[in-house]
Amino acid sequence: MTKPRPTRRQLLAVTAGSLLLRPAQATPESLAAALRDFSGGAPLREGQVRLEVEPLVDNGNTVPVSLSVPGLPPEQVQALALFTERNPQSEVIRAQFGPRAGERMLATRIRLATSQQLVAVARLADGSCWMQRVEVVVTLSACLE
Amino acid sequence: MARSLITLPVSVPRGQVFTVRVLLQHPMEGGFRVGADGRVLPRDIVRRFRCLYDGEAVIEAELFPAIAANPFLEFSVRAADSGSLLFVWEGDHGFYQREQRSVVVT
Repeated sequence: MTKPRPTRRQLLAVTAGSLLLRPAQATPESLAAALRDFSGGAPLREGQVRLEVEPLVDNGNTVPVSLSVPGLPPEQVQALALFTERNPQSEVIRAQFGPRAGERMLATRIRLATSQQLVAVARLADGSCWMQRVEVVVTLSACLE
Repeated sequence: MARSLITLPVSVPRGQVFTVRVLLQHPMEGGFRVGADGRVLPRDIVRRFRCLYDGEAVIEAELFPAIAANPFLEFSVRAADSGSLLFVWEGDHGFYQREQRSVVVT
């Protein structure tokens, strides 16, 4: 006995479905996964880390950002990372500090695909993780154009 | 060999913290844009950056497509002894670049 061949309608439904399912941008789930990957499962608490970025971004192609942990002695800070909510990929940068680092700070320029939330995370030597969320409005978007 | 721009102080007192800024000429093509022929432009980014001070790590960073073209990084180093700072960038398609600068500690 042969298996019934899929009908044209079924094939079209599957194709349309797979097109719809392709992620066009990072989702809250992928952001959560990226955060979990960085924190190693430690709970994220608000505070300690500071993310500086203009709240209104004219040009999403190059957005200056700066991450720091102002209230703690530098040796306690192991790593800093930045994530976005709605860029094509959640991760932006992850940095680990070595014994020769001075203040635990990092500044760079990033791309933003649309108005969204940025999440800065600091991982401390005791394994705890701290974050700050910042909402930004982007006028000219990057990444896809 | 891509062009790079590295800014650090001429000399630093021992034990002081100083800021280093590095800029590398690189397109950082994220792999999401569509080119004129309608096809997605292949990803070409710098994935890793390292800075070593006399062989010991200052910072190690993983970069993702959301870093703007011509990746710029600013970080801080504690001056210990006169020596050298080594900067290494690694990326897609075998991209590799290293630069060295000397640090004068007074």
